[in-house]
Parts: sequence; structure tokens; C-alpha cells
Amino acid sequence: MSDISKEQVKHVAHLARLAITDEEVEKMTKQLGDIINYAELLNELDTDNVEPTTHVLDLKNVMRKDEPKKWIEKEDALKNAPDQQDGQFRVPSILE
Amino acid sequence: MNFETIIGLEVHVELKTDSKIFSPSFNHFGATPNENVNPIDLGYPGVLPVLNEEAVNFAMKAAMALNCDIATHTKFDRKNYFYPDNPKAYQISQFDQPIGENGWIEIEVEGKTKRIGITRLHMEEDAGKLTHNDDGYSLVDYNRQGTPLVEIVSEPDLRSPAEAYAYLEKLKNIIQYTGVSDCKMEEGSLRCDANISIRPIGQEEFGVKTELKNLNSFSFVQKGLEFEEKRQQKELLVGGEILQETRRYDEQTKETILMRIKEGSDDYRYFPEPDLVPLYIDDAWKERIRAEIPELPDARKARYIETLELPAYDAMVLTNTKEMADFFEETIAAGAEVKQASNWLMGEVSAYMNKNQKELHDLALTPASLAKMIQLIENGTISSKIAKKVFAELVEKGGDPEQIVKDKGLVQISDESQLTEIISGILDKNEQSIIDYKNGKDKALGFLVGQVMKETKGQANPPMVNKIILAEIEKR
Repeated sequence: MSDISKEQVKHVAHLARLAITDEEVEKMTKQLGDIINYAELLNELDTDNVEPTTHVLDLKNVMRKDEPKKWIEKEDALKNAPDQQDGQFRVPSILE
Repeated sequence: MNFETIIGLEVHVELKTDSKIFSPSFNHFGATPNENVNPIDLGYPGVLPVLNEEAVNFAMKAAMALNCDIATHTKFDRKNYFYPDNPKAYQISQFDQPIGENGWIEIEVEGKTKRIGITRLHMEEDAGKLTHNDDGYSLVDYNRQGTPLVEIVSEPDLRSPAEAYAYLEKLKNIIQYTGVSDCKMEEGSLRCDANISIRPIGQEEFGVKTELKNLNSFSFVQKGLEFEEKRQQKELLVGGEILQETRRYDEQTKETILMRIKEGSDDYRYFPEPDLVPLYIDDAWKERIRAEIPELPDARKARYIETLELPAYDAMVLTNTKEMADFFEETIAAGAEVKQASNWLMGEVSAYMNKNQKELHDLALTPASLAKMIQLIENGTISSKIAKKVFAELVEKGGDPEQIVKDKGLVQISDESQLTEIISGILDKNEQSIIDYKNGKDKALGFLVGQVMKETKGQANPPMVNKIILAEIEKR
């Protein structure tokens, strides 16, 4: 049984840049807790003799040659910009 | 109370592959903004990154040159953060299995050699470039997004800002030799952040460190660290406290300025990158890359001293860049005498490059033409003085030194009867100097030699002029 605190939920929401209300915090705390508890069912499996892996596919070293190619034009790239200026994406300043 | 300074450096180096690390966009510095972007770089939904094999080769080569152990099993991880320089909201990096670990390089400070550990070298992608406007908005150029990078983290082995400077010089030198990066700080292909703390001498545990950013040249790294070292000392001496903070170096005021105080560790929520499969580097691959590493600067320097019998200073200057060392070796291979080649490269050639802000490959001069010019001096065709005229032509326009000498009529006058005739004329006009010389004024001889040089536009063979003047004076 692993519980998630409201503070953790607020922290995760902040990291994901989600604005959530106090009511939603309550709701999410319960829902995320349930999800984590459900996932913890996996701990019941005996994995002593299973090699740890970071990937589900049995593949390695998928690479491409170092060959550049033009794919889209700059004008197309900028079509999805929220705003643009001088051929660049224009975004609100976030100064560190 | 006396303090000991502890410095660790994080250096980012851009790899000069033709395409980006996870997408086939062109990887070129200096393109117009957003010219070299594609849906992978821009983080469109559904696109998949594919690893550039050459980026792995380059990273491995750099790691090997820095004496790192190369991982056999490695992988990529996601580092999550929100910032407009990265449209995916995560950077693909390496977290717990970097390609290289446990490396070291040797630096020399005040005549002492010291080994500096390299904790790790990992691969990652660079982010886009932001230009902050003063209207509350920023402009983003994503050309740099996805440029292959290696991050090189040193051990906290550096004990002074001067050591930090020497470490950076050496690191740059070695990486440039491998050919995987230009390491140009002014173009951002090498960037450095510095961590610095101080502790009372004798104390074992480290003090609280501050991180310095905005260090745009090696000398700013040194100056920033020097300022920070003193700031921390003053703070502790008045009973203050060092806070874990990020500070930026201000080039104008030469001070470090608080950017932000770090609260807790950054929460990047690293996890294995699901879009990329693991990387397995077997011994055959490692050996293939190891075989491509050229002779590195320290080995080359030692060879110049031992085999070519050059002074240590020459060896150091010539091996400072691979381009210079290669040029030097090609010059001697083309027949130039070793010390002469060294003198010209360290002297006239370097002076010309500094004055004109140029590099060797920008010059019209080639190793073959430099070698030929040196041979013309050696065999007496031209004097060293005239050689400077030939050099001026070679460095600007190139060409064949022999032809330049012929075309400009610069051949040294070594014909005894011709020189005797010229000298007799000069002596006739300068009887007072002859008297002065005979009365023991050596300066008068110099004056006469100068007159002959002037008359011959510098083309007279200097040792012969000396000899003939003395002989002619004797006769009078």
C-alpha cells in the first residue's frame, strides 16, 4: 500500500505545468494513489531470475548513417509557431 | 583562516557530425534561423528519433582521448523540463549509463604536472537558441536543437582558477586533435559551467558550492572563479554563509551576480528513453574507433623534443593546435630544416595570423611553399630579410617562392665582383665613415653595411658584404 500525498500531487502538477483546483487535488490524490497501488500488484511477481531491462523490445543498436537531408522548409516549420517574428518562433520570455 | 579552493567544471562540446544526433537535419553553425529543423527537432507528435551512428563514434573518440572507460551497455534517458528552447519538453540525454567514465587528463601549472579526473562523458542533444527581446518576448531559433553534444564532467580536483584555465586549454586541445569538434567558444561549440566551493585548510568535507554561468571565454572562466573565490572567502571570514546558488559572470563589472538560489535538487524525473533502443558497444567497435585516434598533443610534444630535438617551448607552441602541428610536419616533410620551419611558424606565420585574425587554413601559404622558401634561404638564393618580402607575397596570394623571387628580382646578390663594385662606390662617398671605423668606431661599419643594403634594396648577401667592406677598407 503506497499512498501519495496532496503535496506530491501539487508538485507533480507544477512540474507538468498543470493548474489544478483544490477539489481536483483531492480527486487526483485518490486516483493517483489507486493507480500506483494497482501497479504495485506487479511486485508480487517473482523476478529474481529475470534480467532487468529498460526496453520492452528485443532490439539494440538501431542507428542511421550520418547523412543529412532537407525535410521541411522553414516556412512550414514556422506554420505551427504560436507567433513568429523575423523567421523565429516568438514566445513569452521566461527568464531564469 | 586560510582556505582551499575546490573547483569542478562541466563542459559541453558540440560534435561536428553532418546531421543531428536524432534527426537527419543539417548540423551546421551559422545557417539562417530555423533553416535546419524538421518535425523530429520540433517535437511533433508521433515522430521517432533515430540515433546517428557517427555521433556515437565521435563521442566514443572524445571519451577515449580523455582516457575514459567506454561503456559496453549504454542507453539514453529523458530529462524532463519545460523551457522554450526545447519544444519536446524533454532533452534526450544519458543518466546512469554514460558512454564514458573514469577518465583523466594531465595539466601543467607553474611547471608542475597534475592529473585531473574526469567523472563522466555522456551524449545528449543540444537545445535551441533563445534571444530575449525587451518587450517581454523571446525569439527561438531551433537550428541548434538536436545538435549532438557531449557533456564532460570533471572531478572536483581543480584547486585554483589557474588550474581550471589549464584544464580547459588541455581539454580543448585534446578534443580538437580528435577532430570531433571545433571547440570554438565564440560559436558556442564549447561551453563551460563551473562549480566552486572553499573550505578551511585541513577540513575534509567540502564547503557549499556555487555554480557559475555565462562564462564566454576561458579567461572569463578564470576571472569569474577568481572573483567568486574571494567573495566566498570574505563571506566566511565575516561569519557569513555560502548559499547553494547559481551566479552569472558579468564581463563589464568583472563580478559574479546572483541568478537564483537553488532549492533542493532539480526534479528532472529521468527515465529510460522509450523511443530509443539500448546501445551495445562491443570490443570490435571500440577498437575500430581507438585506431582512428591520432597522436595526441602530449605524445606529439614529447616526440618533437626527443626525435626532432626542438626546444620544449617550440614543441609546446607547435602542438597547441593540431592544424599547426600538421602544417609543421608537412613543412619539414617537404624538405624544410626543422628549426627553421619552427621559427617561421612561431614567428612570421603566427604574427600574421594574430594580426589578421586568421587561421592557417585561411592563408594562401602552404607547407610546400613555406618549405621551398626556407630552402631558398638555406641555399643562399635569398637572404632572411628578403625572405620576409617573399613571405608577404606567399601568405597573401600564394604561389611558387622561386617564381616570386625571379619575378620580383629578389635574388640575393652573391657575385663577388658585383658586390665589390657597389661597395667601392659606397666607400668613395663615405670617407668619414672609413676614418671613424679605423678610429675604433664599430658603428661606422654597420652604417656602411646599411648603405650597401639600401643601394641593393636589401638583396646583397649580408655575410659577403661584411667581408668585402672589411677587405676594401684594409686596402685604403
